[in-house]
Amino acid sequence: MASPSIPPASQQPITAKQQTQAEEPRTPISLGRESGGILVLLIFIAVLMLTTSQFLTLTNLDNLVRQVAVFAILSIGQLFVILTGGIDLSVGSILGLSGGVTALFLVAGVPPPLAILIGLAVGMVGGLINGLLVARFKLPPFIATLGMLGIARGLVLLLTGAKTIAPLPNSFTAIANGFFLGLPSLFWILLLVAIVSAFVLERTIFGRYVYAVGSNSESARLSGVPVNMVLIAVYCISGLLAGLAGVLSSSRLGAGIPTAGTGYELQAIAGAVIGGASLSGAKGRVSGAVIGALIMGMLANGGNLLAIDPFFLQIAIGLLIILAVYFDHLQGRTISFARRPS
Amino acid sequence: MSTSTSTPRVQVKHITKSFGPVQVLKDVSLELSQGEVLCLAGENGAGKSTLIKILTGAIRRDGGEYLIDGQSVGSPTPAQARELGVGVVYQELSLLPEVSVEENLLMGRIPASKGIVKRKELRARAVSMLERVGLTRVDPTTSISDLPLAKRQMVEIAKVLGANARIIIFDEPTTALSDEDAGHLLQLIQRLKTEEGVAILYVTHRLEEIFEIGDRITVLRDGQFVTTGLTSEFTHDTLIRSMVGRQIEALYPQREHKQFGETLLSVQGLHLQGSPYPISFDVHAGEILGLGGLVGAGRTETVRAIFGADPVDTGKVYVHGTLLHPGSPARAVDVGLGLLTEDRKELGILADLTLRENVTIADLAAVSQFSVISRKKEISLFQKVVPRLRLRYHSSEQTISSLSGGNQQKVLLSRWLATKVRVLLLDEPTKGVDVGAKADIYQIIGDLASQGLGIVVVSSYLPELLGICDRIIVLHDFGVTGELPIEKATEESVLHLASSAPSSTYTHT
Repeated sequence: MASPSIPPASQQPITAKQQTQAEEPRTPISLGRESGGILVLLIFIAVLMLTTSQFLTLTNLDNLVRQVAVFAILSIGQLFVILTGGIDLSVGSILGLSGGVTALFLVAGVPPPLAILIGLAVGMVGGLINGLLVARFKLPPFIATLGMLGIARGLVLLLTGAKTIAPLPNSFTAIANGFFLGLPSLFWILLLVAIVSAFVLERTIFGRYVYAVGSNSESARLSGVPVNMVLIAVYCISGLLAGLAGVLSSSRLGAGIPTAGTGYELQAIAGAVIGGASLSGAKGRVSGAVIGALIMGMLANGGNLLAIDPFFLQIAIGLLIILAVYFDHLQGRTISFARRPS
Repeated sequence: MSTSTSTPRVQVKHITKSFGPVQVLKDVSLELSQGEVLCLAGENGAGKSTLIKILTGAIRRDGGEYLIDGQSVGSPTPAQARELGVGVVYQELSLLPEVSVEENLLMGRIPASKGIVKRKELRARAVSMLERVGLTRVDPTTSISDLPLAKRQMVEIAKVLGANARIIIFDEPTTALSDEDAGHLLQLIQRLKTEEGVAILYVTHRLEEIFEIGDRITVLRDGQFVTTGLTSEFTHDTLIRSMVGRQIEALYPQREHKQFGETLLSVQGLHLQGSPYPISFDVHAGEILGLGGLVGAGRTETVRAIFGADPVDTGKVYVHGTLLHPGSPARAVDVGLGLLTEDRKELGILADLTLRENVTIADLAAVSQFSVISRKKEISLFQKVVPRLRLRYHSSEQTISSLSGGNQQKVLLSRWLATKVRVLLLDEPTKGVDVGAKADIYQIIGDLASQGLGIVVVSSYLPELLGICDRIIVLHDFGVTGELPIEKATEESVLHLASSAPSSTYTHT
């Protein structure tokens, strides 16, 4: 049998117009869906530099990075799920659960590397259950992960007796509080997570499948995309990153706090959305999620520096989410080139 | 038609419209008078839909004039356009499926006093609206989702009429209808024109319909006005030529050396869910097998079952000798099956993704190493596949949703050309596709068969089945009623089988 992939040249003449098309005109691609976020970020930086002298100090930047890293890691995990058109409400609770479990094992004398692995595994299993509920049992993601939100939080409160688990060994607390090459180690961990995630989403087959499922899961299935596997995988990734965030939180605070991460799921979603992710799926990038988390971190940080009432900051974050989505909506009305240069 | 004395009801003059860098309408004009049917003809992407959207206020034009009854109407919003008497019946209906017929008919103007619905008045008005389109036997309290498609279309028309539309735009209303239902619709349109004096703008890809009901024809091509004239001034050939801008010698390709090779697809004793009848047939290399039958005969279900998209009761499918375990399209793709679905929008395109990503999605392994996609290989694969298709596009990086329907279909076809496909299952491959793209698609199907692919075509359009297939199997009631070699197949013989009872003992030869 002849190779069937490409038909032989047609007998019909190909018009000149088509030949020019074949040369693949380069479309000037704008900064993309993240451009709004970058702009807001730059404005924040400028305002903070002008209004306070403390912003550019090393201590403050160090603080900022530590605050942001955990949120940004959660936002990246959330992004994977949001890209498939889903949502993961359980990341805050899973953060608390895996941070608490890690602390419990550490206090019991388990060596830190093993305790960390256990903490990560706890997060991943939580994600796996979410994924199975969504993919196999066809539950709406909102419901499945809302259930997990309650279960994981209840579990960690039970396991710890609602008490703070401390003290943790120095070798463990050094992870999130240490420095590497002059920068906070949390910065490097976030950078690593972001680069690996961006590579997975933009360069690999799995990443392409994630966008395809988010665009239209039935079309994707009929193109041979293993949709269920992709769904299970994104929830596992989100759970794993929530587990990582939990371990890092415990390390940073030097204690396993059973209520850690309460409400973080909304911060994570807000970060992804401010960074340009669309809750209906298939739109968004890792850089956007990180920028979104940075914007929220800077709001909190700047608010501290300028001694603004934190209640106002909550209002500001709320407005920011609404504006981000509104501008995205406006953009969507013009002709669409994929604003996701992969 | 010749209304030189009175003002035309609708006039648009020198309309222009661009979406970003893409100019979709350039200096387009048309006139539509009371009591006439004007057919708007043109290929996919000619700008028909955009023009309709401008008329209905769904989008704003960049330039040009829009007059109703000689009065300039500016850029109306959809609500203002409705006020002015412009109604539109889209191919995708605007009815709410879970809501009753009567509420759908009066949605937005439900009779009420102090917010409480007046049931009786609602019922009475709904009934009189239904009568206007001859739907006397439809219970106004049934949900839209319980009505067959043809009836829903009638309800849609009743709704548009009930809003006092004096200008009705039909955008491919018969695409999803059987021939009989389409006939009823055309009669209704004829009546609206003569008895009620409605001005009708009719858009269709079925040229027969244009000649049946059109008083005049306006042709667009590439967003530009080409010609306009009385229907009697056109013939099939001249109309096609002005739409396509080139001569189409033969709609159906002539394949010179038909040689059938080994069996590529073997379906054995396939029982669709709940069906007592086994379906069995073989497809050979180089062969185009047609699946004929009426709407609802089980043709789509059969190809979906073969592809593993839906579960089956029993049965075996072999692709090139390999047993295909049911239930997984991913495995079907792996062994070399491809399915072009009938419903592009819901089951075909990945709307947010680029043309490139839509083409390569079914076989990313071919452009990847260690699961990492090579952008270079992707683009070269795209450029290898796409020039075959007369695809109108700007860049491989534009999203597929920015293409017109026929061009989307071509991208979906190239999705399978980009795989190592051995057997292609094509479900209504030219549905909603204009005549120029149709000829292109037939040509591609013929070329693919000549190269040794096995092809299964499902089509409701009999001339198409007879024109491109080598053998036709006819289904009815989820079972096979007969098989015809192409030499013996006529429209009559296929239709005859399509209404016969399937045999539970039917075995293929």
